[in-house]
Amino acid sequence: MLASLLAFARPDVDYHALAPEIVLAAGLCLVLLLDLFVPDHRRWITGTVAGFVLLGAFIPVATLAVIGGDVRSLFDGRYVIDEFALALKGLFLLAGYVVVLLSSNEMEEGGYHQGEYYVLLLTSVLGMVMMASSRDLISVFVALEFLSIPAYMMAAWRKRDTKSNEAGVKYYLLGVFASAVLLYGMSLLFGLAKSTKLSEIGAAIGDGSKAAAVLGIVFVIVGFAFKVSAVPFHTWAPDTYQGAPTPVTAFLSVASKAAGFTGLVAMVYLAFPMAKDVYQPFMWVLAALTMTVGNLLALKQTNIVRMLAYSSVSQGGFILMPLAVAGTGDAAGPALKAVVVYLLIYAATNLGAFAVIIAVSRTTRSGEISSWGGLFNYAPGLAVMMTIFLASLAGIPPLGGWYAKFGAFRAVVDAGSGWGYTIAVIGAINAVVATAYYITVMREMWMKPAPDGRVSAVKVPSPVVVAIALCGIGTLLMGVLPGSVARFGDLADLTHAFGG
Amino acid sequence: MIQEQQWLLSLGTFLPLAGVLVMLFIPRKNEVLAKEVGIVTAAATLLVGIYTLTQFDYGQAEKLQFFTTNEWIKPINATFTIGLDGISLPLYILSMVITLLVMVYSWDHIPEPGNAKAFFILMLVLQTGMAGTFIAQDLILFFVFFEVVLLPMYFMIGVWGGENRQYASLKFFLYTMFGSALMLVAFIALYITSKSASFAFADLTAAGANVGRTAAMWIFAGMFIGFAVKVPMFPFHTWLPDAHTQAPTQGSVILAAILLKLGTYGFVRIALPMLPQAAKSWAPVIGVLAVIGIIYGALGCLAQTDMKRLIAFSSVAHMGFVMLGISTLTPLGINAAMFGMVAHGLITGMLFFIAGSVKERYHTLEIKRLSGMLIQMPRLGWILGFCAMASLGLPGLAGFWGEFPAIISSWNPAEVLVANGHEGLYRGLTIVAALGTVLAAAYLLWLYQRTSFGTPNPEFAGDHGHGDGHGDGHSDIHDVGIYEWIAWTPLLIAIVVFGVYPQLMFKVMDPAVTHLFGK
Repeated sequence: MLASLLAFARPDVDYHALAPEIVLAAGLCLVLLLDLFVPDHRRWITGTVAGFVLLGAFIPVATLAVIGGDVRSLFDGRYVIDEFALALKGLFLLAGYVVVLLSSNEMEEGGYHQGEYYVLLLTSVLGMVMMASSRDLISVFVALEFLSIPAYMMAAWRKRDTKSNEAGVKYYLLGVFASAVLLYGMSLLFGLAKSTKLSEIGAAIGDGSKAAAVLGIVFVIVGFAFKVSAVPFHTWAPDTYQGAPTPVTAFLSVASKAAGFTGLVAMVYLAFPMAKDVYQPFMWVLAALTMTVGNLLALKQTNIVRMLAYSSVSQGGFILMPLAVAGTGDAAGPALKAVVVYLLIYAATNLGAFAVIIAVSRTTRSGEISSWGGLFNYAPGLAVMMTIFLASLAGIPPLGGWYAKFGAFRAVVDAGSGWGYTIAVIGAINAVVATAYYITVMREMWMKPAPDGRVSAVKVPSPVVVAIALCGIGTLLMGVLPGSVARFGDLADLTHAFGG
Repeated sequence: MIQEQQWLLSLGTFLPLAGVLVMLFIPRKNEVLAKEVGIVTAAATLLVGIYTLTQFDYGQAEKLQFFTTNEWIKPINATFTIGLDGISLPLYILSMVITLLVMVYSWDHIPEPGNAKAFFILMLVLQTGMAGTFIAQDLILFFVFFEVVLLPMYFMIGVWGGENRQYASLKFFLYTMFGSALMLVAFIALYITSKSASFAFADLTAAGANVGRTAAMWIFAGMFIGFAVKVPMFPFHTWLPDAHTQAPTQGSVILAAILLKLGTYGFVRIALPMLPQAAKSWAPVIGVLAVIGIIYGALGCLAQTDMKRLIAFSSVAHMGFVMLGISTLTPLGINAAMFGMVAHGLITGMLFFIAGSVKERYHTLEIKRLSGMLIQMPRLGWILGFCAMASLGLPGLAGFWGEFPAIISSWNPAEVLVANGHEGLYRGLTIVAALGTVLAAAYLLWLYQRTSFGTPNPEFAGDHGHGDGHGDGHSDIHDVGIYEWIAWTPLLIAIVVFGVYPQLMFKVMDPAVTHLFGK
């Protein structure tokens, strides 16, 4: 016993590869300490520091991406830093930074516990960053809990508001239920493969013909389906999104969702890549249901945050769509690329939309779409930016969203199967239906008079302006020069890592 | 391909965006400056266009000139490939001319609720989208430019339009979105099933034969819906009368003169050359729908009580002639279609200008309330008469050279269609289409007679201003104003010039058309 302990050899740690996680971990401790020693009226410092921590963690991600070269594989290939991981880590860190920008005024003016908020935010981002690299059942699960548990609390942050409490409780209860389902699925997979390493599970499961394998795969997918709010596991999303503070909603609908997809992709491509007869039909149904039901419910909404919540459900359907053909023909590569690119573009666009919502609702004090009337007249800049974000969500060129949708369509058509073509047509029809509710908001802003005859300009706090500008530039750039992001998620790099 | 002066087309296409950037920094109150910058930008763009005209090698009009290709979206092999041949050149220049003229017209005709800055910015963005569509030589690039026009036109109709603008703009938007979503899926399917090396037109045209017959039929169907909505062809036309009627004058002119052509251009440039086999099977369908459009549009015109709505329906009929020419798959028919596109742009654009000016003066377009325009405003009345004649296809004016050859060409469709036993069908179409020209004469002359002949409606005889804020003591009814003259004269001259000497345009287009379809 003692001998075996003494024989423990410290694994080689590539500190450069782990630097983002280390910076985040150190940073969140720093924010926690600052919160103890900084007097109340200067608590805003915690937010500033949190922002710098996120940017600081982004530096090693950038240097790793620039150096490129070999895939960095740690801990026996259970924690891998490849282009896929780097692209998503970059996404999580920048999304986190934008959320910090969006939160600062809200937290300051609301008199909330700022320090704790930023600590939780950083913790959640750390979990996401870990998720991007996890290639092992245990690290996937730990990362998932790491990113979820702080988010439960953040959703309930406005603690004197019953709606916010409802948001937190709903999110928490369904979240832990999903975790339990996921864990059960994972235990089945482990039982079959006798290993927690995803690639070994993939080899052991094969085409998934065993009943236990089918059950395991379905449970794992259902677990993640809760996280990415796929229909019919989406019911928590609209209430949580509406009740949570808006910056938290932005965080949940973008970063948390992307993290869910990251885990799902790792499972599909590594843990059961050959079991396409099991997961493909299931994904197909999920994708078709998610985009259609999300859209139909979004059409009826009168509250803008709720509308965007359902829109985000429906967008999730488009991200699931390529996975429905991920095992057919040559579609594996385009499908993976489509998911990654979609996540990147969707993040910039949706964060931008929430940033404008935060800016506008500070003045209008209302979440109703009808309160957006006449915005173009009294705040043309905000109206134009919101138009850009909504048009991007609708997939209208030359804004980012078109390329995201393009990639998704390309992947399913590439599969060359009847199932692929069918879901492509379902997707095309849904893309049109979706424009109907995005355009409702545009119509309100451009063509309706202001409800209370407002004429004065809207004062937007400077962090929010920066956030809107960042997201706007990203949305435009990715639409005009999609090549700039499309190289991420190249399967060549991924299979190298994923196959390892 | 001639790869000289590669920068020229990019400059002509993106120059309006530079103007937009400048205009963003002009305060909204300073409307005069905003208008000036807008007009100067459009004029500079047109100058680039005129320079392009002088540099174009007319001896090699079938080749793509000023050709350039660059990497754009490498992972999907989409390239930034642009070039100009005899088919694109007239439409490319037309878009620049129309934008400038519309802007000049807008100098003193900014529709309610004002905001000249935004209005001019939208027109400049539209211009980039339109010009880009005509020069794109890559399917994805084409798609992006094709869609760029969507939002500006939506806002133009929805913000500056008439009473029912919100309904009309939404209808326009959803119809077009629906068409383009299916079109995009068709584009991707074409690229994948043909195993083309890239999305460049040349590669796709070469690889188009790899597509299996059934797949080609479906892909063509997807493109057909996308383009047919834009044209618009019967039965996808129902957005058009609403959009045209509700749009501000400027929007109607741009819509009629250029945007509708994006659809027909798509057929000529993309659908037919890339999927020739499917085109043969679909051509009779296109022909039948085109002729239904001619008759339906004409009957619709006869039933209208609103002048602008009547002109909108006449667009459906005229685009029917264009599509009939295309459906013959012969060089003659497609030449006629190309000519018809430009002629319709000039003539119907003018008619919408006139409708706008009539509305501004009488505050109504109800035909039965208008009369005696020739007495009240002789010049405007004569111009309306001239344009009505041009529109009904009077020989000697531009409209004739679009319709007449289209009808002739349908008598002798392409040999493959004859071989498939469609000759009788096409001969029938010829006869019905010819009847359509009679109906055209009927509705246009009737319109002219009701609005311009007779004595002025006493309602407006001693008009001393309505109580609606427009009239400040003097009558709104005045003859053609200076900005109207500047905006209209070039169009009127072009209608005569192309009518008297159609060869001017045919000789540019014919080599390119023969190159694409003469095989």
